[in-house]
Amino acid sequence: MKTTVAGPMVPTMARVNRVRKETHDTFTLELHPAYGQEIHHFAAGQFNMLYVFGFGEVAISISGDPTNPKPLIHTTRAVGNVTKAMAKLKTGDMIGVRGPFGSAWPVKHAEGDDVVLVAGGIGLAPLRPVIYEILANRRKYGKLILLYGTRTPSDILYRKELESWRSRLDMEVYVTVDRSSVNWQGNVGVVTTLIPKAGFDPQQTTAMICGPEIMMRYVALELQKRGVPMSSVFASMERNMKCGIGLCGHCQMGPTFICKDGPVYPYDKIRELLLKREI
Amino acid sequence: METLEPILAEHPFIKGLKPEHIQLMVGCSRNVKFEAGEFILREGYEANEFYIIRHGQVNLEIHSPKRHAVTIHTCREGDVLGWSWLFPPYLWHFDARAMELTRAIALDAKCLRGKCEKDPSLGYELAKRLAHVIEHRLQGATLQLLDLYSSTD
Repeated sequence: MKTTVAGPMVPTMARVNRVRKETHDTFTLELHPAYGQEIHHFAAGQFNMLYVFGFGEVAISISGDPTNPKPLIHTTRAVGNVTKAMAKLKTGDMIGVRGPFGSAWPVKHAEGDDVVLVAGGIGLAPLRPVIYEILANRRKYGKLILLYGTRTPSDILYRKELESWRSRLDMEVYVTVDRSSVNWQGNVGVVTTLIPKAGFDPQQTTAMICGPEIMMRYVALELQKRGVPMSSVFASMERNMKCGIGLCGHCQMGPTFICKDGPVYPYDKIRELLLKREI
Repeated sequence: METLEPILAEHPFIKGLKPEHIQLMVGCSRNVKFEAGEFILREGYEANEFYIIRHGQVNLEIHSPKRHAVTIHTCREGDVLGWSWLFPPYLWHFDARAMELTRAIALDAKCLRGKCEKDPSLGYELAKRLAHVIEHRLQGATLQLLDLYSSTD
């Protein structure tokens, strides 16, 4: 979306083209710019501030295809006042958009490497643009491995797309759930249990992690045990963001502002911060 | 005659053990196969064997009257199934069911416990390796209990 004309604090208008229910508490919005405005290109990992009029504004990662950014796609979970109101939007409703903001996944930097993506729960949404981008340039990368953990089989996000990716010969997809009845034929166990068995070259791997912080800490530990250098591990952080441009301080984490310096960080830059109890 | 030694020696749980220890284990082992749906372990039954999985998928399950069976963990190729054989009263704590055709090596628990008592260096090695498996399972169980992906955080 255009942010340059009116400044980064003024939302531009977009129209809801489609609302797709993903699971019982997650949904995807497809947005088209209104009033002839254009969609700004975004990089995988960046986010927009979405404004639901009368309710407020929240930061939502962009989960569409960076190589084909139209329409603008966001997947989120209805968990707070704003996202619950967002979930009730209908086709044709208007929404405010500011962005894209923040740092990106190191997709270019990963060229030539095996790429291991480790996602937990809704954390698959910010990693989906990485998958699109790598699949669009598949020859530039080694193995592409997605390790996805979620709560139960009914919480699996993008299920059809996961099935489609799994059926490809140039991508490995492993899904696990934390709990299940016996009707589920797949894997049960936390996502960290998938790491020792995934076939990648630790010294030639770029790993990208997105999910709850505790999960990311344990995933990083497992990757370290496999021999992946911490300088090759990247994580996406989440805090309560407001301005999106590093001015208000709401998303400060130690010396960094997640909206401006993150949300994607090299893991060795934030490891110490993640272990601090005070922040 | 071909023995199970090369298969055992390459399994991640066994790899790196001294050849004489592997030889001792071969004497307690046999090849087994389970069809999809077949129970391998039953809660409360004697833990007379444990299993080194070569291929397939095994789910650990626990029953509750209201929720029926709940799957708590999946074991696959490269995993070891069962540790109750090492600790009195030697009874399984969970059910384990093959979810697909599963091939494994079964190790006779009484035979192996006897050899561990006679050769404490073998016992120590196996205890260390099982402790590693238990550490992983404990970490996993802790994360599962935290319910990290819950929307009520």
